[in-house]
Amino acid sequence: MRVFNAVLARDLRVAFRRWSELAHPLIFFSIVVTLFPLALSPEGSQLRDIGTGVLWVATFLSSLLALDGLFRGDADDGSLEQLILSPVPLTIAVLAKVVAHALVTLLPLICLVPFTAYTFNIPSAALPTLVLALLLAAPTLSVLVALGAALTIGLRRGGSIVGLLVLPLTSPLLIFGTRATDLSINGEPTAAPLLLLGALAALAISLGPLAIAAAVKVGLE
Amino acid sequence: MLCGRELAVWRGERCLFEQLHFELGSQQLALLVGANGSGKTTLLRILAGLALPTSGTVTWNGVAVSELAAEARREVAYRGHLEALKRDLTVAENLEFHAALWGREPKLEGLLEELKLVQVAHMRARYLSAGQRRRVALAMLHLSGAKLWLLDEPTTNLDGEGRALLVAWTRRHVDSGGLAVIATHQPEEFATRGTLMIEL
Repeated sequence: MRVFNAVLARDLRVAFRRWSELAHPLIFFSIVVTLFPLALSPEGSQLRDIGTGVLWVATFLSSLLALDGLFRGDADDGSLEQLILSPVPLTIAVLAKVVAHALVTLLPLICLVPFTAYTFNIPSAALPTLVLALLLAAPTLSVLVALGAALTIGLRRGGSIVGLLVLPLTSPLLIFGTRATDLSINGEPTAAPLLLLGALAALAISLGPLAIAAAVKVGLE
Repeated sequence: MLCGRELAVWRGERCLFEQLHFELGSQQLALLVGANGSGKTTLLRILAGLALPTSGTVTWNGVAVSELAAEARREVAYRGHLEALKRDLTVAENLEFHAALWGREPKLEGLLEELKLVQVAHMRARYLSAGQRRRVALAMLHLSGAKLWLLDEPTTNLDGEGRALLVAWTRRHVDSGGLAVIATHQPEEFATRGTLMIEL
């Protein structure tokens, strides 16, 4: 646990000292989300109909922007070798890195969502469910993104491949997440999709670090 | 004891080395020598358990190095060409993290003084010179408190005084029961009686 905290604290500190990089996904997200209302007619319910989908897809795409930094920096400066060789189980170190990454990239994105939701006329009554669904999807998304980043450590320009690798796997999150939001917009019970998102999160947190650690070891060999 | 048996590494059609045997007991130093590209770094990474040989086994106290338990892994330190410094953290922060990783107390004061790093202790690592980065890597090696040192050309970029310090540390480490495997192009700096030379 002490090592988990040490890795988490180090990654957060490094991230905040390069805060300008943290802003990239946020700006990307804001731009994508504002382009849709500009491109579509503001009348009628068109915007509201596509709003949920756009917000979810934009969140996923923006989170991909930052993923190259997850392991690339540590691989390039040799820290990753030392993490593998250290007496700490690599799964714990990897989990700490994924948590740190989620805190500095996904969390700010999710905080931005309620504000951008207004541009799509999404009723404010549905916002708590939207944010809750995103928070429940965040662990699974982070683990998938980290797995993609770990599998492409050995490649110099892994960024675009990771997108191809990870985005198809996010479809269950997208289906349950948008379903929960739509149900709450229509005032229907949302427990089922939210519970499914939670189950996926539990699965990802428990098994994900094992897979990521194995991928990191192979990637550095 | 560090043991290598029938080690061979092939890169495609090319053989880097084969039929390599060695045994290294405590209070022993081994020097890896060979031309550029002869496989020194590869062998050290194999000894550390970071890479696998094409055939053969490496054991540390009877256990294969890629399957060491946590307690045994604490005894092995590997320092490669990369210093494992986070450029955006200060020298002291880097060292404290490294000590935490190895579960050691970060006693930095005397160490930084010995390595002439006191002036830069609170500077970000990105502002260090190549030689200073090497010195921080040596500090990390010291902090890990390992019994077996695996060093890949540790004298690169070090000035004369730094090299002398490293040689003195190595002697002291070996004399106090440690083991070291060092890849180097200047074996005469480290060699003493009883030094095992591994030529690739």
